[in-house]
Amino acid sequence: MDDLEVLDTRSSQPLKASLLFISVFIIAACGLVYELVAGTLASYLLGDSVMQFSTVIGVYLSAMGLGSYLSKHIHKGLARRFVDLELAVALVGGFSAPILFLSFARTHAFRPSLYGIVVAIGVLVGLEIPLLMRILRHQVRFKDLIAQVLTLDYIGALAASLLFPLLLMPKLGLVRTSLAFGMLNAIVGLWSTYLLQSQIGPTFGLRLRSAVVLVFLAAGVIGANRFTLAAEEEIFTDEIVYAKDSPYQRIVLTRGRGSFQLFLNGNLQFSSADEYRYHEALVHPAFAVKPHAQRVLVCGGGDGLAVREILKHPEVKEVVLVDLDPLVTELATKMPLLRELNGGSLLDPRVKVINADAMVWIAERKGEPPFDIAIVDFPDPNTYAVGKLFTTRFYKLLKRQLAPDGVASIQCTSPLMARKSFWCIDATVEAAGFQARPYHLAVPSFSVWGFVLASPAPFDIPRHTLPNLRHLSDESMASMFVFPKDMDRVPVEVNRLDNQVLVHLYAEEWNRWS
Amino acid sequence: MNGTGGPDVKRRTFLAASAAIPLVDLACKSQKVEFTFDGDLIGPSVDLGHAARDGDLPAPSSFEPIDVVIVGGGIAGLSAAWRLKGAGFEDFTLLELESGVGGTARSGRNGVSAYPLAAHYVVAPTRETVPMIRLLEEAGVIEGYDAKDEPIFGEEHLVRSPEERIFAVGQWWEGLYLHAGESPEDIRQYKAFFDEVDRWVLWRDAKGHRAFAVPRSKGSDDAEVRALDTMSFKDWLDARGLDSKRLRWLMDYACRDDYGARPETTSAWAGIYYFAARKSHPKEETRPVLTWPEGNGFLVNHLYERCKEQVRTGIAVTRITTENGKVKVLAWDAVQRCALGFAAKRVIFAGSMIMAGRVIPELARARGRAFFQEFLPSSWIVSNLTLRERPKEHFFSMAWDNVIRDGKGLGYVVDTHQSLRDHGPTVWTFYHALAGADIRSDWERLYSVSWRDCVRFILDDLRIAHPDLESCISRIDVMRWAHAMIRPRPHFMWSDVLEKARVPFQNIHFAHSDLSGFALFEEAQDHGLRAAEEVLQEFRKTFATWR
Repeated sequence: MDDLEVLDTRSSQPLKASLLFISVFIIAACGLVYELVAGTLASYLLGDSVMQFSTVIGVYLSAMGLGSYLSKHIHKGLARRFVDLELAVALVGGFSAPILFLSFARTHAFRPSLYGIVVAIGVLVGLEIPLLMRILRHQVRFKDLIAQVLTLDYIGALAASLLFPLLLMPKLGLVRTSLAFGMLNAIVGLWSTYLLQSQIGPTFGLRLRSAVVLVFLAAGVIGANRFTLAAEEEIFTDEIVYAKDSPYQRIVLTRGRGSFQLFLNGNLQFSSADEYRYHEALVHPAFAVKPHAQRVLVCGGGDGLAVREILKHPEVKEVVLVDLDPLVTELATKMPLLRELNGGSLLDPRVKVINADAMVWIAERKGEPPFDIAIVDFPDPNTYAVGKLFTTRFYKLLKRQLAPDGVASIQCTSPLMARKSFWCIDATVEAAGFQARPYHLAVPSFSVWGFVLASPAPFDIPRHTLPNLRHLSDESMASMFVFPKDMDRVPVEVNRLDNQVLVHLYAEEWNRWS
Repeated sequence: MNGTGGPDVKRRTFLAASAAIPLVDLACKSQKVEFTFDGDLIGPSVDLGHAARDGDLPAPSSFEPIDVVIVGGGIAGLSAAWRLKGAGFEDFTLLELESGVGGTARSGRNGVSAYPLAAHYVVAPTRETVPMIRLLEEAGVIEGYDAKDEPIFGEEHLVRSPEERIFAVGQWWEGLYLHAGESPEDIRQYKAFFDEVDRWVLWRDAKGHRAFAVPRSKGSDDAEVRALDTMSFKDWLDARGLDSKRLRWLMDYACRDDYGARPETTSAWAGIYYFAARKSHPKEETRPVLTWPEGNGFLVNHLYERCKEQVRTGIAVTRITTENGKVKVLAWDAVQRCALGFAAKRVIFAGSMIMAGRVIPELARARGRAFFQEFLPSSWIVSNLTLRERPKEHFFSMAWDNVIRDGKGLGYVVDTHQSLRDHGPTVWTFYHALAGADIRSDWERLYSVSWRDCVRFILDDLRIAHPDLESCISRIDVMRWAHAMIRPRPHFMWSDVLEKARVPFQNIHFAHSDLSGFALFEEAQDHGLRAAEEVLQEFRKTFATWR
């Protein structure tokens, strides 16, 4: 019977079986790449890679099983169905990474989208091999068919599994990898309209559809290039999940190893893994000096994380946050990832967000009640435009907005990595007429980090802080104010608007480490 | 190096553009609009000024008796008024042709920023420049004095770092002199030049005077110093073999920027003055600069506040004559459209020497035509560009003063720099000195150009560094300064003519930077104070000098 079938079809409609076996190889590779993309992406974004890979592989394989089972319901026009199937895999698999990134950045429904897409791809991929085997069953003896199809299927998987970590991830990144393999699937579909022409009948519609899918995917690749440059992806060790240029800076959010990071102009602003250390140290010592503070000014800090800490103090009645970039404060209130981390702090009714250059804003603010506490959380002084926010002029203007016994706490870069820069800021704060008390702590994703606590009035090193903080306690607070020898004070010039020595010092010191 | 392609290349290009204007204007009227933004071509009140000069206005019905009339409300006139007020002298009036005082230090303001119309900074003085210290202390610019008794200036008044940058070989660099890519010979010549400058910084004459001081009246009149005026700055540089292209570019830029001249039309005395007068000791690299969004309009506003009861604007002085020991001042009030007359005991004439020759007939006769020809001022174009956003750029960040090495103009100043606005809309002030050898033909060209021509010229220059600038512009106003500044030519700085110009004529005292041979704030101020103190002496007031 087998022999007869073979003889029959060979004589009437000879198919290029060997060429179709190449398709098996490609679609096998594509199938595995989608699985790896989903697994990697889930590990990046959700952390716990063992769990993510296990569940993704499990769900994917079972969905393939479901697909194989469902293949029995496809009766007619197998070749046409096969081409349609390839185009469907191309679309769903190809766009899987961009869709998942978007869903992560913009919605709360990342897990449902993840498993939904994994199931969809699994089912579609599960249909591929049974259909192809049924198309070929008249061409090749059954035992050869099984042997060859499964061999190529597994070899294709091997090729994909080697290519993915060695070539695709480093060179293309997740988004472009998934789009590129989507295009491969679509090409297999288009190619099949030629290989299976005898079984398909009219091919124009199918070829048109294939072309449309290819165009979509190619557009996706171009869009991905605009989203991030491949070169940029090399700078960041983790996957970029959000990237956008505001009129002021380039904002990049990366995700990996169970945490996520915000970069402004390529400089790390925080990592969700240890930002609590930084923000507790930035906020609570000032409250320890002035525990009944009601009116708080935040300069910079548009991520809302300092405000989260400020709102832990129940007596606070008003927080004014002045951040230059509306896009940053918008992300902090709208992006689920960030809003979860800052606890929706910027949406609290006590908080007023102002998008302005903090220096211009405080220079122009007149006749309004002073603040009890100012939290000064600017990026590091790596440009002149930011350097001005660390000058005697800025601190003098700040002093005018503070109550006579008010307190400011100022982020001052790393006293270990940039010792002169740190002490330059300290000296500048003092030159502006503040009593300054420098302190530091370790923030692993940065380095050892430094701050200055400053008040126009004399004050003692604070001793008590809130209970139930993650890092800070009464004991650890006292230790922050002690500087080990390698970070101790060095004599430096004061940073003024007309000399901007800090920008030069900072560049010099940090360049040593990069 | 296109930027130093010789004076004629630069001027000719500009003139060629302007020569075509009337035709271009006609051709464009019925065609599409060339620029997407608007603007005006503005300038000093030429018509009123010329009417004043031509003297064909009606005579006043009476002459108001008054002790002193100050003619002209530029820095010299305002400083004279400031000095008189300071001595408790109240019976005077200051007549200004324009609708506002300040002369070339006037300023404007729009919804984005205040901006200068011309002069935009002063060099931070040392203790030695007494009147500047007094003025700046009054204006709240000086916060105190350091251990050496040198002034401490308010941080917001000092130019904010970065001060200068230069666009060359496709990118911006910090500073005005391009050190990147210097040859050993460039380095040697740069050092040789500044060693020579330092020699002059340390030089003292028998009386202990510096060779070059601010104002120049405090400097030495020793023969060795005066000898420098017998040659051009170019010849002086040539004689020392200082031919490094980079150094020569810097020298040329300095002459254009401060004097509206070129090294070949600048006295060597003035060339060295530029570099040596400001340094208090050789180690000091440069003196800091004081500036404001409105440029020297900041100081004008302060001076104006001091004497505003005495100031009358929109008044064109048409004739000054002396009768029976009284100085009769005839004037035309452009607002009220009526003739005015003053019978003053003394007049401080704080207008240009050209103007003096036109409205004081007896002076014109006494000095002769050739005398006034010596005081032809050179022309400038100053333009304020209002930008709705800043052009994208890389490398060294935007500074206060931004110079395009291969441009024809002097570059632009960012007027929002001092108000600390580093993002969003801004106003730039673009400067161009018409530094051609023939001052008269520059004047004629200046009056034949249209707004469109000026804008084309400005954009061609700025596009070198900012290819996408045009889409950022919301407005360009162009100010034509036909009589912007006197040129410190060779054989002029120590000439009898200049000395004679400072001597009072009958009961008229003179105060203008023309009398110094170059247009610097401190010079105008010095002459204003001198003239005012001459007058105070005539009135037998007791006073301690402010100079």
